[in-house]
Amino acid sequence: MSKVDELTERAEKAREKKAAYGPDIPLESYTSKAPAHQKVQTLKMLPSNYQNQSLGVGIDAKEEERSGSFFQLDTSVVYSKASAQNVEVLSVTEALDKYDWLKDYWWKAVAVDADKYTAQAALEFSNGYFIRAKAGAKTVLPIQACMFLAQESLSQNVHNIIIAEEGSELHIITGCRTADELLHGIHVGVSEFFIKEGAKCSFTMIHNWGPEVAVRPRSGAIIERDATFISNYVCLKPVKSLQMYPLFRCVGANATALSYSLLYATEGSHMDVGARVIMEAEQCKSDVISRAITNGGEIISRGNLTALHRDVKGHLECRGLILGDHGRIFAVPELDGAVPDVDMSHEAAVGKIAEEEITYLMTRGLSEDDATSAIVRGFLDVEIKGVPPALQEEMRRAIHTTEGIGL
Amino acid sequence: MLDIQNLHVDVDGKSILKGLDLSINEGETHALFGQNGSGKTTLVLTIMGFPRYRVTEGRILFKKKDITHLPVNERARLGIGLSFQHPPAIHGVKLKDLVEIAAQHGNRPFKTAEVAETINIPQDFLARDVNFGFSGGEVKRTELLQLLAQNPDLVLLDEPDSGVDLENIELVGETINKLLDRDKRSRERHKAGLIITHAGGILKIVQADKAHVLVDGQIACSGNPGELLNDICELGYEECVKCPR
Repeated sequence: MSKVDELTERAEKAREKKAAYGPDIPLESYTSKAPAHQKVQTLKMLPSNYQNQSLGVGIDAKEEERSGSFFQLDTSVVYSKASAQNVEVLSVTEALDKYDWLKDYWWKAVAVDADKYTAQAALEFSNGYFIRAKAGAKTVLPIQACMFLAQESLSQNVHNIIIAEEGSELHIITGCRTADELLHGIHVGVSEFFIKEGAKCSFTMIHNWGPEVAVRPRSGAIIERDATFISNYVCLKPVKSLQMYPLFRCVGANATALSYSLLYATEGSHMDVGARVIMEAEQCKSDVISRAITNGGEIISRGNLTALHRDVKGHLECRGLILGDHGRIFAVPELDGAVPDVDMSHEAAVGKIAEEEITYLMTRGLSEDDATSAIVRGFLDVEIKGVPPALQEEMRRAIHTTEGIGL
Repeated sequence: MLDIQNLHVDVDGKSILKGLDLSINEGETHALFGQNGSGKTTLVLTIMGFPRYRVTEGRILFKKKDITHLPVNERARLGIGLSFQHPPAIHGVKLKDLVEIAAQHGNRPFKTAEVAETINIPQDFLARDVNFGFSGGEVKRTELLQLLAQNPDLVLLDEPDSGVDLENIELVGETINKLLDRDKRSRERHKAGLIITHAGGILKIVQADKAHVLVDGQIACSGNPGELLNDICELGYEECVKCPR
């Protein structure tokens, strides 16, 4: 049986397989078909409301300070361009045609039969992006990629491949959002990262979905010797159901995986978000840091560090803030050490804002609301090392434009 | 400038201040002595308007306006400033941002970095989370920096010299003198101040006009700061408690 057939068969078998976490989404109430959209020559040619809406998730239609851009509208890749040397930005279907070797990466960091969502991405595949930094290519300006969902009741099933070759440096900002008028939809996003020896890759994902949208990202990373992968996830807007638990494998010596999540859930939003890191070689390092705020919604904040090799180090940190009288934060930090001589720790704290802190800021003239906002913004202001200033700025902007935070 | 009349205050249901009267005129600095637990901090936090400190009787007038039930930030805007004994640390709120917020109500241009340098607060310190990992002395100096920015007319200082190391004590004292117009001739002084001090060390540098001893929620005694302090040093606060005055 060919590789493709084998993958299809495994996906078929997993079609009904419920995910380990998160509420089950009936996929039959969505369609995977959408009318094709025409390609555009520049992002400025997109409808202006789409341009404005994607700005909120870090996508700049003027493409200033970007090394490349990718834009997928529903199931159509309408734009892809790399402006830096030795960097490629293509639709993943184009890349699969162009490079025969790419099939060796296909479903290598994420299992095709993990659950019904990965199966859906395999069987009802609606494109995705391929981003590659060639060996030694170092780009500081980020590449931007936008997944935009505009078709009512669409299941957008994308599959992305990101490769940072030996010694390269690559920064990506992915913005995902739905059109303002869209009511019902699901985004299933498979992302597979391959960070080769000595490479460094940061991936910043800003999500802005609708209150009736379900989201099931399925990500995996394989990080080789001396390589670093940084994953930043920001979701501060309403979403009906978001569940993701990516797996980052540090397979080479001195590989590093860093994961940061900033979550804000209002009433009606359910988020089940975390990250797992498996350290499989000596001197691997990992941090899984999350900041969760509920203002009426429910957040399950997970983290798992697993040490399979001696001489590794990891830290898990989960802080939760409960605003108002409703809402729930459930922190689930897990440490799993199967060998001696490992150094792993975790801290978790869930509570409300101390009144003392609010009053302290008020003594300097801030109103109670402004003082609360300043504390909430401060709570989300996690210093992320290794991410270029432009991306830090995008994350800050996402925080400042969130109602209830950035007053 | 400040006129407190028959002030009764409860904290978490417990009566702390029990009929306190105190007046401070423009240009005057008063010192407040008292044992631990006598209600000194309660008094300044009540003047500042902390919600936990519930006024059950009496009133507080500031610039002839009744502020007894005004929120904290409105009191700050009217011109009351407080240096905390133990301010909270706040993750993600930068010292520089807080100083600049305070300066918005200071009604004068304020150069944060320049002023910070004059009180031994290095540049990189301004980018740190407020009070996070600050030493006792650093807390006091950064509190004073915020007050310099805020430029209040009534300055409340809760143990401003506790935890300050010897080499900085003079600097802290001189900064307080500046905040209170003590570096000006008496008729040019407009600021009023209330300094809480348990041991009185700061009064060697900051000259107070008057002092009070707080005993069990009331002013038990008022007079010349030096003389009162001498009496306390010689006889201890126990004598103030017994004193029939």
